[in-house]
Amino acid sequence: MSVRVQTEDFDVSQEMLVLRQKNPKVGAVASFVGVVRDLNDGDEVSALTLEHYPGMTERSLEEIVSEAKSRWNIYDALIIHRVGTLLPLDQIVLVLVTSAHRGESFKACEFLMDYLKTRAPFWKKEQTSTGERWVDARTTDSVAAMRWETTDDE
Amino acid sequence: MKIKVLFFAKLREVFETNQLVITFTESDNKVSDVLTALRHKEGVWAEELNENKSFRIAVNQEMVAEDVVVNDGDEVALFPPVTGG
Repeated sequence: MSVRVQTEDFDVSQEMLVLRQKNPKVGAVASFVGVVRDLNDGDEVSALTLEHYPGMTERSLEEIVSEAKSRWNIYDALIIHRVGTLLPLDQIVLVLVTSAHRGESFKACEFLMDYLKTRAPFWKKEQTSTGERWVDARTTDSVAAMRWETTDDE
Repeated sequence: MKIKVLFFAKLREVFETNQLVITFTESDNKVSDVLTALRHKEGVWAEELNENKSFRIAVNQEMVAEDVVVNDGDEVALFPPVTGG
């Protein structure tokens, strides 16, 4: 399965091995790991709670993976996204992409993260020294996702 | 016809519920009619679902616009812009 939503942590090297080991045509694996920071918008963050929309989350991530596979010549992709309460230094999200050469994997990996950020139904709530607050969506994330719609990928 | 409406994140908290059912007496309804029905509850409902507020709509787990038609048994979801990753 190319998409997983889970509370447990993940092991990047183990996931990478599983994704590539059955295909000797794989010459490149691109990876992205998102991590919880202890600072956001100038405030100290002590914890993060991730809420999601079960069902739609998996479905939207699968659609994003299909879209990447139709745009680039990649072999496989994996997205793992954690939910629940996370602490600074914890891993939140993993994206892995395999291909014959690096260019396709790099592009598809960046595309998957940009689309995940604007299309997958996850919401972050931060615990700060002044209390809890929902994280606002960033315009920079929408701009990052939009470039995949306006530019030629070649 | 009955439409189930789900709320997530900040909207779930402000509305103090994660779902409700709206019953329409006539057919041919759109997402915009669901929003109108919820705004009629006034208070935080009218405030959070005001047209100048930024929220997203999904019907049967696909993000859609307000002019999409809803059918009996559909699952509509309302939520803030997403912030995962």
